[in-house]
Amino acid sequence: MSLLTEYEVVALTLSLKVALTAVCASLPFGILVAWVLARCNFPGKSLLDGIIHLPLVLPPVVVGYLLLVSMGRSGWLGAWLYKYLGISFSFSWRGAALAAAVVAFPLMVRAIRQAFEAVDTRLELAARTLGAGRLKVFFTISLPLTAPGIVSGMVLAFARCLGEFGSTITFVSNIPGETRTIPLAMYSFIETPGAEAQAARLCVIAIVISLVSLVASQWLGRRVQLRASGQC
Amino acid sequence: MLTIDVTKQLGDTLLQVNAELPTYGVSAIFGRSGAGKTSLVNILGGLATPDTGRVQLGDRVLFDACRRINLRPEQRGTGFVFQDARLFPHYSVSGNLNYGRPRHPTQGNFDTVVELLGLEKLLKRYPAGLSGGEKQRVAIGRALLTEPELLLMDEPLASLDLPRKKELLPYLQRLADELKLPIVYVSHSLDEILQLADHMLVIDNGSMVLNGPLESVWDSPLLRPWQSAQEQSSLLSAKVVNTLPAYEMSQLAVADGAAIWVNQLLPLEGQFRVRVHSNQVSVCRERPEATSIRNVLPVKLAAIDATDSSQHVSLKLQLGNKVVWANITRWALDELQLQLGEQVFAQIKGVSLSAADLASV
Repeated sequence: MSLLTEYEVVALTLSLKVALTAVCASLPFGILVAWVLARCNFPGKSLLDGIIHLPLVLPPVVVGYLLLVSMGRSGWLGAWLYKYLGISFSFSWRGAALAAAVVAFPLMVRAIRQAFEAVDTRLELAARTLGAGRLKVFFTISLPLTAPGIVSGMVLAFARCLGEFGSTITFVSNIPGETRTIPLAMYSFIETPGAEAQAARLCVIAIVISLVSLVASQWLGRRVQLRASGQC
Repeated sequence: MLTIDVTKQLGDTLLQVNAELPTYGVSAIFGRSGAGKTSLVNILGGLATPDTGRVQLGDRVLFDACRRINLRPEQRGTGFVFQDARLFPHYSVSGNLNYGRPRHPTQGNFDTVVELLGLEKLLKRYPAGLSGGEKQRVAIGRALLTEPELLLMDEPLASLDLPRKKELLPYLQRLADELKLPIVYVSHSLDEILQLADHMLVIDNGSMVLNGPLESVWDSPLLRPWQSAQEQSSLLSAKVVNTLPAYEMSQLAVADGAAIWVNQLLPLEGQFRVRVHSNQVSVCRERPEATSIRNVLPVKLAAIDATDSSQHVSLKLQLGNKVVWANITRWALDELQLQLGEQVFAQIKGVSLSAADLASV
């Protein structure tokens, strides 16, 4: 009667929850880091740039391992967070979101940084002469003109989060209903003899949500672009 | 008084200006491109920092290297109009106009400014759909609505084509006439300066060459190297004393007893500045009879200047207490055997004095 089985619905909603949380939680940091990389010059900038880009080139299992060591409940940062703030990432969907966010972060930063670099700084100077302080200039000029880049960065990161597998399974394992997102569920079916049909169904679901998010991002991107250039 | 005393190293040239500009009317900063005009106006607006010196507007110190004062652009209370309008593409025209308005405007002048610049029909549109002249008008309005104490304009007409220039110039003239706001106007066009400015500062290669009221600077021999023979001219302030509406002619009294006819119908009693092109002035020993030339003025030959060109010589002619320059060929000079102090007649064709040579004061 319903199109999807309960198992698939759980995996799908978990995937979307993990990806959305990862993108939204990392967005402010992504904008900040992109702005710093685009506009500031300081010693050690190349190092920061390199560290931001590391997850892009490291094997995801390495990222997962590093997260496990640092953010696990007995990890040096994870233990502190658990003790003082009561936040735990181990074996929970929050851990899956963290892993996805770390892996997708460089993609987001790259897109937003390029958009910041493309903003005409002469417009920002003009805003200063109109009496706007640096903060007002950032929020009324720089950020709105960067919006198309921010949207494309978010979509890229969202897609990357949906597909995240290696660091998730390393960091938070493969727990049904908690950390078993669509890629992990597919992996489980492929490992189970005789579940090829279920794997194929998940494969179709993955293709459909990827297509929908791509189309939605193009439509959104066009609208934001038009708004930023004042044509609607 | 706007006091400027600054130095700044710009690549190979040293910008060095020590000047006082009046805090009323339009003060023009004139010079060739690369002379440092834009750098100077950027220093006034806080967009560039001088190496040493001081900038003071009235009793407000904007910059003082010794006292480590350097107000940020947003603290200076100076409006800035750039050569490229720099409108914000994601704001509508009215959004752009309102961007820098104080939260509690002390002057309810939004409608006045919109009316003055003819922006009523543009308010809902976005910068992407505006012509160059319209953009520049919005940019001027946007700067005015910040209620500045000083308006800085960096070649606002330079990026426009000639029809757009002609469209915008009357707005600038109205602005200069109606607003009690000091304007610093950067330009490399003597035509624009004649139409708009009351005061003029000339920069060459980073150094200030001249600074003073427009007419005295205009007559200075130091300005002559900037002008080609076609551009050389004298500036006379005058009052309209007589008109011939049927012929579209007006007579302006330029000096005691001397008046010239111009080919433009002007309001009686109006105060104008007239530019007389030196190439349009000729001299003769005897008063010519039955001539088409409308203006024959008795003058005294005060100086002969042959230094700046081998092609022609410039004659400085004293007309009462005013000066008119005439360019004549060296051949004519030799044949006439003109002597300093000699009484001659200057002839100026009435048709050569047209709208572009007249600016109301």
